[in-house]
Amino acid sequence: MRLSEHIYKTVASIRGPLLFAERIARARIGEVVRIACPGGDTVEGEILKIEGETVLIQVFGETRGLSLGASVVFTDQVKKAPLSEEAIGRIFDGSFTPIDGAPMYAAKRWGAITGAPINPTSRARPEEFIETGITSIDLLNTLVKGQKLPIFSCAGLPAKEMAAAILRNARLSAGGSFVTVFVALGLPHHEFSFYMDVLAGMQGNFVAFINRAGEPVMGRLLAPRLGLAVAEYLAFTHGMDVLVLITDMTNYCDALREVSTAREELPGRRGYPGYMYSDLASLYERAGRIKGVAGSVTMLPVVTMPEDDVTHPIPDLTGYITEGQIVLSRELHRRGIFPPVDVLPCLSRLMQRGIGAGRTREDHRAIADTLYKLYAKGRDLRRLEAIVGREGMAEGDRALLDFAEQMEHELVHQGDERRAIAESLDKGAALAAKFAGRGT
Amino acid sequence: MTGRILGIAGPTVAVDLPGLRLYDLVQVGESRLIGEAVRLEPGRAILQVYEDTRGLAVGEPAVSLGRPLTVQLGPGLLSGMYDGLQRPLERLARLTGPFIATGASPSPLDPELRCRFTSERKPGDVVRTGDCLGELHEGRFRHPVLAQVSGTIAAIAQGEVNPAQGVGLMADGSGIAACTVWPVRHPRPCLKKLSPTLPLVTGQRAIDFLFPMARGGTAIFPGGFGTGKTILEQNIAKFASVDVVVYVGCGERGNEMAELLEEFAGLSDPWSNRPLMERTVVIANTSNMPVAAREASIYTAVAMAEYYRDLGCHVLLLADSISRWAEALREISASLEEMPGEESYPTYLSSRLAAFFERAGTVRTLNGRTGSLSMILSVSPPGGDFTEPVTQACLRTAGAFFMLDTSLAHRRHFPAINWFQSYSLYTADMVRHFSGEVSGEWGELRGRCQDLLQREETLREVAEIVGVEGLQDADRLLMRLAERIREEFLCQNAYGDDAFSPPERTVALIRELVERYDAALARLKEGALPDELPSTEAG
Ligand SMILES: Nc1ncnc2c1ncn2[C@@H]1O[C@H](COP(=O)(O)OP(=O)(O)OP(=O)(O)O)[C@@H](O)[C@H]1O
Ligand SMILES: [Mg+2]
Repeated sequence: MRLSEHIYKTVASIRGPLLFAERIARARIGEVVRIACPGGDTVEGEILKIEGETVLIQVFGETRGLSLGASVVFTDQVKKAPLSEEAIGRIFDGSFTPIDGAPMYAAKRWGAITGAPINPTSRARPEEFIETGITSIDLLNTLVKGQKLPIFSCAGLPAKEMAAAILRNARLSAGGSFVTVFVALGLPHHEFSFYMDVLAGMQGNFVAFINRAGEPVMGRLLAPRLGLAVAEYLAFTHGMDVLVLITDMTNYCDALREVSTAREELPGRRGYPGYMYSDLASLYERAGRIKGVAGSVTMLPVVTMPEDDVTHPIPDLTGYITEGQIVLSRELHRRGIFPPVDVLPCLSRLMQRGIGAGRTREDHRAIADTLYKLYAKGRDLRRLEAIVGREGMAEGDRALLDFAEQMEHELVHQGDERRAIAESLDKGAALAAKFAGRGT
Repeated sequence: MTGRILGIAGPTVAVDLPGLRLYDLVQVGESRLIGEAVRLEPGRAILQVYEDTRGLAVGEPAVSLGRPLTVQLGPGLLSGMYDGLQRPLERLARLTGPFIATGASPSPLDPELRCRFTSERKPGDVVRTGDCLGELHEGRFRHPVLAQVSGTIAAIAQGEVNPAQGVGLMADGSGIAACTVWPVRHPRPCLKKLSPTLPLVTGQRAIDFLFPMARGGTAIFPGGFGTGKTILEQNIAKFASVDVVVYVGCGERGNEMAELLEEFAGLSDPWSNRPLMERTVVIANTSNMPVAAREASIYTAVAMAEYYRDLGCHVLLLADSISRWAEALREISASLEEMPGEESYPTYLSSRLAAFFERAGTVRTLNGRTGSLSMILSVSPPGGDFTEPVTQACLRTAGAFFMLDTSLAHRRHFPAINWFQSYSLYTADMVRHFSGEVSGEWGELRGRCQDLLQREETLREVAEIVGVEGLQDADRLLMRLAERIREEFLCQNAYGDDAFSPPERTVALIRELVERYDAALARLKEGALPDELPSTEAG
């Protein structure tokens, strides 16, 4: 271990966000470096690769203005995040610099931003209900503490309005201290002002990391890790239940691809690196609960599916890691339904344990199953209707068509309204009762 | 031997350790991470390091351990959960807390364990290498203790022992070790391989009845995300008719591993009525654990499985999912800058997989017992597309293929095994066995079942156009029956009482459905409208 910082002026080349420095002694992988330009600007970077005395540095900040004459300060430290509950109510950029005008707080602790894997034997099962206020989630695809449940959206669908609704409305129906960590990656200007308004209305019960579209892509890779480091700290040191909402993971993956290409790595499917599964897992797997420790980290990443294609590597790998998915539909959106959740391909794999007596209500499973069954049949029949026409169909089948229609308009559609779970359950039960015995 | 770190890139570390042999283990850095030599060059060796290398510095020491990656085999393995390098996760948690820290490695087998040792030998006996000196008792399993050297026994224990301390002394002063150490990448030898003739009952009707699995056989089931791979693996782990189950969570979710432990703890083996964990070993490398350990995890698992096979047990190795192993191989290959093959997988992917499958089989063990090692592996094809290299490489060697169908899963038909595309090369032998042991009608009913499903498919295409109401009564009856076969026979809810279906129940269920159909068809021929047919009043 070196005892002091070392300064070198041996930058050999700069390529995109990457910088090579030579004749470096005892570099550490993952070590944070500061690169100071002759002009006076300083940016941070991290050591990615060491080959003898040559090191490859990934620059986090703006690379414009960097020159071969820059001096590089080696800190002998891996990247750490300043942790404190004073982060609550604050807004930071992708490198943890406050952008809300207030000064930075003094860290109570510095934590490595990559985190360590939770020992599987120490994990506690996710089983406590989180109320999002959205019926198609709470009633049909229930979210529980410690789960990771992505929202699969398509370009042009109101994922941001849905994210905003969750930011405003999510809470624990059983009470407890609850906080949302909001991470925005590659945010264009109009969305930026939209989310700033949403945050302003949240009475400070959030921590936000915002990387804007014009800011360096490295911030997109860093911000989720900073957010998760804070989330883990608040959850497992302060016993809070933390909901981490990340939007948009597609921008994250594109940044990953960009950096990988700059490193001249072998591209995998659609140019994304072969390690994207492991990389995504290193984020998503940080959701969880720990036995004997209060608090939880729950994750709701938003993924915009390129070309509306669920088999695209980004939603595909996400689906392979997360515990279910909420899928938005263009067709429902066209028909004015908000949130446009297509419940058929949706699934919450951890729902079973989070519902029922003592959690939501004892008739929850029965209501959800009935609605799902009837709706699936109704949707199937729509195809038949397109061929033979409504008149050619049996009475029971027509009832099912009506059911599907009403389910979409009365249950899935809720506009700006927030529904408590009891209300969602009642509405669902009423709808099911109305059609009881009418479908074949 | 001590050397220094020369370079680091992700999980690969270059060191200057002369005299290393390929696959030797090396401890690197101040934090003593473990790595394996995967390439030797003049003046440097390339290691694949099993732990997160973050924080490792060039110039830090590297020490050869002088041996390849090994597992410790002996009493105490069962009911434990280990990582890909056989670190005991429960004891690790007690040592380092709920988050896994690098560099800690408690001994795999519990050093405090006590168990019974019985021996026919006494001090003064002359033995040769490989002779059996006695047996350690682990529940109903008997672990032989073999002489590691030829010579005279000086002292030998009897009764309760602590295996970590050994069970005696030889006259030359060497201890008699109770446990075996085995290099994981080496298949354990056997006298000869036998062809699989006995069924491995899974309790899943779609498998046992339509695509039966053999003891000593290999099966894969590929399926996109959410098609029910993990649930199927876990169900098979609960209900399979074997003595020992080795379950590898390879690059999958931490929550699933926790759930498995918690759930299994309350269950019993339906065949022996003993607690389920008494026959189970779990290897967990979750998706956020280091990839090099993921690559090693399936070898750690198979070495354990072979060990129990050699005790004369029927062992089942379940891995979820082998695709994550292949991806780990790809990541390591890329960091070694090897020439990539299809989809950037290394060109040795299929030969490595074939060699792995080769370790399955029914064998005559070195001491003349019969044991079997079966493998059932899940595959996670990107985008659910089965033409990708891992699925294809597995298909070339596996004896059975259960295709998990995304559209069935979307309709909540679980297990989502497609009954047209799946196959089992063991079918003929297994049907013969079930026909003899369970029911003489097994083969015939199986044929009827497949035929009905096939005819339904043809009719469905017609019904898509004219509507079900447009079909003839006999055809509507068939559609109705086939629907019941699908929903009541092929579907099995993992969360209910029906999760396990013993062969007797399986055959009784299908017999009842087929008989009902035959009776209804007969009534229809007589001109009556059977109850099975819904009325067709169109609006
Ligand atoms: N036999 C079954 N009975 C009831 N539900 C099932 C069954 N099998 C699967 N499911 C449902 O399907 C969901 C997904 O199953 P599972 O987790 O096994 O999928 P998977 O194929 O392993 O997915 P991934 O590739 O993402 O790991 C489960 O959470 C459960 O809701
Ligand atoms: Mg799975």
